[in-house]
Amino acid sequence: MIGLSHYLIVSAIIFSIGLVGVLRRRNLLMLFFATEVMLNAVNIAFAAISHYYNDLTGQMFAFFIIAIAASEVAVGLGILIVLYKKHGSLDLDDLASMRG
Amino acid sequence: MMENLVYVALFAPFVSSLFASLFGMSERKMFVGYVASVLLAITFLASATLAYHIYFENIENPGYAIHVTMMDWISAGDLSIPFGFVIDQISVTMMVVVSFVSTIVHIYAIGYMDHDKSFNRFFSYLSAFVFSMMVLVMSDNFVGLFIGWEGVGVCSWLLVGFWYHKPDQKREDNPSISPSWAANEAFIMNRIADLGMLVGIFIIYWNTGSLQYDEVFAQIPYLSDTILTTAAIALFIGAMGKSAQFPLHTWLTDAMEGPTPVSALIHAATMVTAGVFLVIRVNPLFAETSEVSFFIASLGTFVAFYAASMALVERDLKRIIAYSTLSQLGYMFAAAGLGAYWIALFHLAAHAFFKALLFLGGGNVMHAMHDELDLFKMGDLRKKMRGTWIYMTIASVALAGLPPLAGFWSKDAIIETAFNEHTYILWVMLVITAGMTAFYSFRQVFLSFHGEDRHTALGFHPHEMYKFVLVAMAPLAVLAIITGWFMGSYKAFIYQIGEGVQYEMSEHTHHLATYLGLIVIFFAVSGIALAYFKYARTGEKAWKRDEEQEQGFFYKLLKNQYYIPKLYEEFITKPYAMASEVFWTKVDLKIVDATVDNIAKFFYTTGDKTRSMQTGNLSNYLNWMAVGGVLLLLIAAISAMIG
Repeated sequence: MIGLSHYLIVSAIIFSIGLVGVLRRRNLLMLFFATEVMLNAVNIAFAAISHYYNDLTGQMFAFFIIAIAASEVAVGLGILIVLYKKHGSLDLDDLASMRG
Repeated sequence: MMENLVYVALFAPFVSSLFASLFGMSERKMFVGYVASVLLAITFLASATLAYHIYFENIENPGYAIHVTMMDWISAGDLSIPFGFVIDQISVTMMVVVSFVSTIVHIYAIGYMDHDKSFNRFFSYLSAFVFSMMVLVMSDNFVGLFIGWEGVGVCSWLLVGFWYHKPDQKREDNPSISPSWAANEAFIMNRIADLGMLVGIFIIYWNTGSLQYDEVFAQIPYLSDTILTTAAIALFIGAMGKSAQFPLHTWLTDAMEGPTPVSALIHAATMVTAGVFLVIRVNPLFAETSEVSFFIASLGTFVAFYAASMALVERDLKRIIAYSTLSQLGYMFAAAGLGAYWIALFHLAAHAFFKALLFLGGGNVMHAMHDELDLFKMGDLRKKMRGTWIYMTIASVALAGLPPLAGFWSKDAIIETAFNEHTYILWVMLVITAGMTAFYSFRQVFLSFHGEDRHTALGFHPHEMYKFVLVAMAPLAVLAIITGWFMGSYKAFIYQIGEGVQYEMSEHTHHLATYLGLIVIFFAVSGIALAYFKYARTGEKAWKRDEEQEQGFFYKLLKNQYYIPKLYEEFITKPYAMASEVFWTKVDLKIVDATVDNIAKFFYTTGDKTRSMQTGNLSNYLNWMAVGGVLLLLIAAISAMIG
């Protein structure tokens, strides 16, 4: 029987994969993907817990997150294109112009 | 009408001070001196009119006094201190004496300070002093008295240190070291005493709930002996500082570093008598505390004798006069301590006149001798400075206490009081002191004005002071002669105030009065005669310096002021300086400063170390963010486990 804990473990694993992606990747586009992965890990957790408590609020949140993530990706990709046009690269090591 | 006169008397010196300070930094301007003198003369006229008014009003209306409240001053909770003044027989006596002497000193200073580049500043300080003194004597409450008390202290500091640019010297060369040193000594010693006074004022407020003289005196019968005694002791400590009584006396002789008009006004005639004034003003309290009063009388007698003994061997003209001031202050305290308050006040007034005259005469000599004060370098000045010689002789006769001059009547009354109170030890000491007083004051006159001419050989060419200065001193000389004749009238005047200040000799003393007076005169005359034979003769029998005697134990003891300044330096000043050094280097620098510095340093170094985090690389930032997130999670987990 697949229970709540299984879903949460999957969610945690996916979240960790996303986190490692955020920490290790140097390409901005890949970073975006990694963040999406993390967001969806959270969505899984929300949906699972919502089902467990018989409370639709969690699933509603998941929908909101999906919607906002979609619009965020739209804006983010636009910025990435501008960046690429300007620098010819999306590598974070090349974009370090804000040194303190 | 009378109220306006009170304000005129009080604020004319203040206006004078402000006016002179307008020109404080500019060149010498003669009119500053003139304006100041005229304003001071106005104060004197107002004070004299008030005295006249008080006297005649009291004949019809006994117990009359002018009470003026200028404004509410401090009012907080139950405490209410108005800025008020009382003009009665005691304060008006002081007002007349202060304003009279200060008017003459102002005029004198126009001549004396005429070569000084800080002429205007001098008048500003001098008038400010008179204003503070007026506040002190006129106030109708302890706080006003204290404000005036501190005000005269500040002005004294400013004026003693008037020639602040003079460098420090060794104690062996100049016992006063330097004007600025002497000014600090005077101020600090007075601060010590003022603490006592402040404690006394607090005790009084604590127990009576008021600081107005009238209200406090009305409550005295309801207070316990312990409280009264403590308050009296504390107040007297304040008086000891201001009036330079042992052991707080060393500042007065050192204060002679100031310009001579200052010595005449502040350190002889007025400020130093503030302590005596305080005891007289608060006489209902001291009358109730007989032990404290007896202590005051004993200390006064001791100081009278002690100061006179040091004056016997002193060579410095001004310091001799300063010792005599100390000694006469001792007489005043002896009278006040024995309950003869009006005699103390009368001696205060008479002393102010002849002592100011003596100082101003000394100033003339100093002016003529180009600031040389060593009596051994003078001699036979009378031919060149006839006017000054006459004034100095009059003042010295008055000081020595020969009839019919002022000093005789007042001092004889004090000595008689000591006899009347059956305090025979005090009486004997005061009589002997009278002889010593006569000796040292005439030693000084004979050494400077008589005997062999010693100054010409040393290259001095003395000249007499300006005419107008000598004329200005004449009123003092007249008063030094005649004040004593009005003792009876003054007694009638001061008796109007009530029983507190009244003092009568017993029948027994009355019978013996003539003999007692004769004993005093005998001692005084023998003192003068001794001085004459030793110092005044010329030719073969002329006085010669006795180097061998100067090496003697007693001579050295007296010359070094019983080694008390040395003692203070070794056992108070030096340990204090050492302790200060330790506290500075060990406590202040190592602990207090270090703590503050290290807090600042901590933030600097953390900032410096963590600056490398800011690489500009987004990836690094994200890594740090993750670290922060993990840390927060850890903290949350740990607190959850603990909680």
